[in-house]
Parts: sequence; structure tokens; C-alpha cells
Amino acid sequence: MSGSINELRTPLSKVRGLGSAKEGTDHFWRQRLTAIANVPLILFFLWTVISLNGASHKDVVAHLSSPIVAIVMLLVIISGIVHMKLGMQTIIEDYVHSDRTKIALLILNIFFAFTMGLGACFAILKLAFGG
Amino acid sequence: MANLNASSNRPLSPHLSIYKPIPTMVMSIIHRITGAALYFGTILVAWWLISAASSEAYFEWVNGFFGSFIGRLILFGYTWALVHHMLGGIRHLVWDTGRGLEKETATKLAYATISASIVITVILWVIGYAVN
Ligand code: HEM
Repeated sequence: MSGSINELRTPLSKVRGLGSAKEGTDHFWRQRLTAIANVPLILFFLWTVISLNGASHKDVVAHLSSPIVAIVMLLVIISGIVHMKLGMQTIIEDYVHSDRTKIALLILNIFFAFTMGLGACFAILKLAFGG
Repeated sequence: MANLNASSNRPLSPHLSIYKPIPTMVMSIIHRITGAALYFGTILVAWWLISAASSEAYFEWVNGFFGSFIGRLILFGYTWALVHHMLGGIRHLVWDTGRGLEKETATKLAYATISASIVITVILWVIGYAVN
């Protein structure tokens, strides 16, 4: 048991180790995990869009509908979206101090991330499953 | 009683505007700005993919926008933000292992990041025009 009166953390909170945000190192961990994943994925994304520069609609559709390209593009979007959602959350928590505005922006951040993520994934799947 | 003035006499950390900008600090700010720019740049990625999945006519229209002067300017900025943020991010990942944190090394890394990001962005665009 912790003895000192200066110790503000309860034994239970110590055991859980989740801190004041109640999520422990989860945010940090996911941010790093997606950052690592993003490196090869973003390189693949850059390579894909550069090689499709100036290509016709037919060629773009043909390229994006190949299973390997579609699968990796889905990974690009998922990892990118999770990463940017966490990143923007950090920015909001750093600069916005009024609870109302902060909660409103945190909600908007989640809506934006889901809408962009779902929109992009839907488009990739539609292309992959034949236009 | 002795503490009456405790809060008014507390030393304050200087505000951002008082610091002389140093390379590592500027890079840190740019990493955040590029992250935020890429956040909104995701709209472009989703728009491009959705247009390809919609119809040839709509895809051509969106392509026309991206190919315009303004469109190219935005995409060039997006490419730089992506490359810079990626290099800056890799720097963060190296720091996470406890390496590269010495003052001189960190400053060198800051200069390396900004230079490499510009060079790589230009190379990518040269390749883009070459394959076109
Ligand atoms: C290309 C590979 C990428 C790597 C290696 C990477 C790495 C990182 C790392 C390590 C951080 C945390 C920085 C910190 O703790 O201060 C971060 C923050 C962030 N990233 Fe990325 N990232 C990548 C791509 C992206 C993309 C594609 C987006 C957006 C679509 C993005 C958006 C953000 C945002 C908004 C933040 C928060 C910025 C901040 O807190 O200052 N990143 N990134």
C-alpha cells in the first residue's frame, strides 16, 4: 500500500496505470504504430499517384482495381486516417481549453475522420469490385 | 504569510514570441503544421478516389482541376508537406529509441530534414513529369 500523504494516486489507479485521461499509453502507442506503418504505405501511395500522372480514366480504374493495389490502398487509408485522427486530437487538446469548444472540435474530428475514411475506402472497394 | 506574494513573484516561462527561433524548434512547429495540412489534404485524396469510382466525365473534371495551375500548386504543396512530415516523423521514431537527441545531432537532423524534403519533392515531380 502507498503510505505517503503526498501520494495522490490511489492503489487502484496505480494498478490500472491509465492516468488521468483513462487511456494510459494507448494514444501514444497507436500514433507510433500508425507512424511506422505510414512510412511504407505513404511511399506506396506516392509511387501509385506518380505513376498514374496524366493517365486516362480507364487506366486509373484498371490500376486501382487490381487486388494488390486495392488492398494496399485500403491499408494506406486506414492507417493514415487513424494516425491523423489521433494527431488532430492532440492538437485540439493542446490549444483549446474551453470544455465546450474542445468537446465540439473533438466530435468534429471524429466525424471528419470517419467520413473521409469511409468515403475513400468505399471508392477503393467500388473500383476493386468492378466499377 | 511569507507566501503572500508566492504567485505574483513566480518566474514565468518566456512566451513563444520571446524565444529566438532555433532550427529544432522551427522543425517541431513545421511538423505540426504539415500534419494539420495533410489532415485537410485527405479531402483531396478521398475526392480523387471517389471521382475515379464515379464516372469518366467526373474523373476528367477533377483531373482538370488538379492539372490546372492552382491545382498543381496545391498538389506540390501537398507533396512537400507529406515528404517533410514523413522525414520529420521518422526523426521522431528515431528519437523514441533514445538516439539522436544530443543538441548538435538534433540540429543537424533539423537541417537534413528540411533540405532532404525539398530535394525529394522536386525529384518526385521531375519523375512525375517524366513518366507522363
Ligand atoms: C508518412 C509517414 C508519416 C509518419 C512517419 C508520421 C509520423 C508522425 C509522428 C511520429 C507524429 C507525432 C509527433 C509528435 O509526437 O510530436 C505525427 C503527428 C501527426 N501526424 Fe503524422 N506521420 C506520417 C504521415 C501522416 C499523414 C499522411 C497525416 C495526415 C493525413 C499525418 C498527420 C499527422 C498529424 C495531424 C499529427 C499531429 C501533429 C502534432 O501533434 O504536432 N501524418 N506524425
